[in-house]
Amino acid sequence: MSHSEITTPTSHLQAHFQTMEQQRETSVVGMWTFLATEVMFFGGLFIAYMVYRLAHYAAFAAASKELNVTIGAINTAVLIASSLTMAMSVHEAQEGRRKLVIIFVILTLIFGLTFLGLKGYEWYDHISKHEAPGPSFHIEPDKVRGDARSMELFFGFYFVMTGLHALHMIIGVGLVSWVLYQAWRREISAHYHNPVESVGLYWHFVDIIWIYLFPLLYLVDRHP
Amino acid sequence: MAEPAEHEHIVSKKIYITVFLVLWALTLITTLVAFLDLGPLNTPVALLIAGIKMMLVVLFFMHLRYSGRLSQTIAIAGLFWFLIFVTFTIGDYLTRPWPS
Amino acid sequence: MEPKEHYLNVNYGIRSWLLTTDHKRIALLYMMSITLMFFIGGAFATMIRLELMTPAGDLVTSDTYNKLFTMHGIVMVFFFLIPSVPAVIGNFLVPLMIGAKDLAFPKVNLLSWYLYTTGAIITLYNIIIGGVDTGWTFYPPFSSNYSNTYVVGAIVGIFVAGFSSILTGLNFVVTIHSMRAPGMQWRKLPLFLWSNYAAAVIMLLGTPVVAITLLLVAIERAFHIGIFDPNLGGDPVLFQHMFWFYSHPAVYIMILPGMGVISEVVACFSRKRVFGYSFVAAASIAIAVYGFLVWGHHMFVAGISVYSALIFSILSYLVAIPSAIKVFNWTATMYRGAISYKTPMLYAFGFIGLFTMGGLTGLFVAALGVDVHVTDTYFVVAHFHYIMVGGMVMAYIGGLHFWWPKMTGRMYPEAWAKLSALIIFLGFNLTFFPQFLLGYLGMPRRYHAYAPEFQVLNVMSSAGASILAVGYVLPLIYLLWSLRYGKIAGPNPWGATGLEWQTTSPPPTHNFEETPIVTEEPYAYDKFPEVEIVA
Repeated sequence: MSHSEITTPTSHLQAHFQTMEQQRETSVVGMWTFLATEVMFFGGLFIAYMVYRLAHYAAFAAASKELNVTIGAINTAVLIASSLTMAMSVHEAQEGRRKLVIIFVILTLIFGLTFLGLKGYEWYDHISKHEAPGPSFHIEPDKVRGDARSMELFFGFYFVMTGLHALHMIIGVGLVSWVLYQAWRREISAHYHNPVESVGLYWHFVDIIWIYLFPLLYLVDRHP
Repeated sequence: MAEPAEHEHIVSKKIYITVFLVLWALTLITTLVAFLDLGPLNTPVALLIAGIKMMLVVLFFMHLRYSGRLSQTIAIAGLFWFLIFVTFTIGDYLTRPWPS
Repeated sequence: MEPKEHYLNVNYGIRSWLLTTDHKRIALLYMMSITLMFFIGGAFATMIRLELMTPAGDLVTSDTYNKLFTMHGIVMVFFFLIPSVPAVIGNFLVPLMIGAKDLAFPKVNLLSWYLYTTGAIITLYNIIIGGVDTGWTFYPPFSSNYSNTYVVGAIVGIFVAGFSSILTGLNFVVTIHSMRAPGMQWRKLPLFLWSNYAAAVIMLLGTPVVAITLLLVAIERAFHIGIFDPNLGGDPVLFQHMFWFYSHPAVYIMILPGMGVISEVVACFSRKRVFGYSFVAAASIAIAVYGFLVWGHHMFVAGISVYSALIFSILSYLVAIPSAIKVFNWTATMYRGAISYKTPMLYAFGFIGLFTMGGLTGLFVAALGVDVHVTDTYFVVAHFHYIMVGGMVMAYIGGLHFWWPKMTGRMYPEAWAKLSALIIFLGFNLTFFPQFLLGYLGMPRRYHAYAPEFQVLNVMSSAGASILAVGYVLPLIYLLWSLRYGKIAGPNPWGATGLEWQTTSPPPTHNFEETPIVTEEPYAYDKFPEVEIVA
């Protein structure tokens, strides 16, 4: 579908659908269904974390203190901002304002990449301080509460949970880039903006996972 | 500026920005509250704030407040199933008489 | 009588198949992959039964035996039982039964097949280079720390195949909600769709949990951190909670679509509406929901709390009720019906009888006291094989026969089919009934050597297995034969109700010339004109 053709309200209607509305409904419902599966995927991980946090509270609290709360909070704010810009891009798509769609999508990408950059820095920092689980793991004896092995377990969960989240962010960045490409090629209009809407839902979901990860990992026990 | 398709509810920019500011405020609050000693309440309070943030994102950014019954049911079902998993699993651990 | 152009001959060439988005072609692609996996899983079963002919562990070493039952389980559970009815029969029929042109997401459907096949190739590769010996249940710390086999490789294969399952479930749920033809209300849906919908819900909500669980095992194995290994501070019971949260509902993913087949077949060959339609529909949903509340019954002897065990036991009794309702309703459907003993109906009879036995023995093991005695014995093995093989596999084969004319435009040879059904039924019972006795008498499962007093029953079981094998190979031969030499079927050889029978056999690519408008109740056999069954 080249951008030199004139698009009509139904030029994006796929053959097996009857109306554009049916197609739109279906794509939204399809994405919500997929997100329900993601709830269970991350949910299993959260439950495992919860069980061990209950069992080894002191060690988990001490290990949590090693995380950088400032970066965590800033990252949370960055992701929330990216959700705002993503929601704005859907709004502009609904109004048919292509240029604004493009601007908001680019802003979303910038915020998303900022998050990943900060997260990458945190990981690098933890790994150079020997906090990554495995043979090179080492915690100073005076920092150990509970036992060192449980503190290593906390870091195991930290890396797996933030890693899985980051993987979903990277996929999200890919999807949002595809939306940008679609908008650039004039495939997005007030009549057809399913990609923006469904990718938006995915993006917000990944934000929600972080909304839980931040207090669960960073804010276990911060009081002096 | 074209007309939007039928049956689609367009959420106003004002609502988006309000929700965004509330989310930022709640982030600040949850971070600061973590530095207070609330004893066993620290975790429930943090989870409560996270829950409110989640609801705001789901209802407004994800349009669930304005979506059809089916999308709403699916979202609730996901949450409900997660709760089944949590309840029965943690329930086992909490009802064991021996020390964990 | 065969239509000139239909979905099979509309275009030719391997690309038209490998890049198809037609749900009917994808169903056939699945049929090929799944049939292959079934016979591979069967090959492992053959080796197991050969070893168990004698009490001594003399055919293979114990390590090899561990690999045999592990790979039999992995291949059969993840690559045959879970996908079979939904991916083959469901993919073919769901759009046809609701009067749609295709599933909601046709390209996702094709992706689903590629994921399945990729997962199968990865798993087969790991089997060939050395195999896995942890049991299909992958219990840590053996799987994460002590096993010297290709655990991570097998996990990757299963993980990929799991996504196939999730996407199929997603497609079914969204399709049944969004793509029904005008007039096709929920209360008019064929029960096959209610069952597949319920199974799809389980696929969506359960599979992600086994995905994350196996991922954590792989991570523990790779990075040596104590997620489940008690030596490293982990909790092996947590693994079991997470694993069985999916793997119990998984058995309902397997059986529900099979039950859907039985509803269709019983109605057609009794020439009667299904008795208590709304109860059967509601029972499907009840099984899907309830099935998520009982997983702890796999862990009664694992160290969970007594209170937890009590609750799981009570719930496991309750979950039998909706299944029982279905059995009563099928029976009531047949009462005073005009029964005809075509092959699909023979498989339905087999299903109802054998599934009931399997289900009843499930109640035995749901009782805490009995379970302590029979857990990890052949009693449990017999219980689940009665349901899976006596139930599910029979439903799959019966369903293939029932819809074979629709899929291929040809009838299978009825006499050979009846003979095979009989051979399967006899072979099955000879194989698995002795195993109830063995288990009760104390023979443990997953052992390749056993006490000599168990030999007679084991030999009976192995003899039965060889008969069963013949029964499974025969359909492979005559169904293939029928593609070339079978009688032309016509649009509705059985005189069945349902939208799929209102179009040609085989159907055109877009299923219906005009979108049907549904006015009839389902199973309106009393209004059906007198028909002579062509077969």
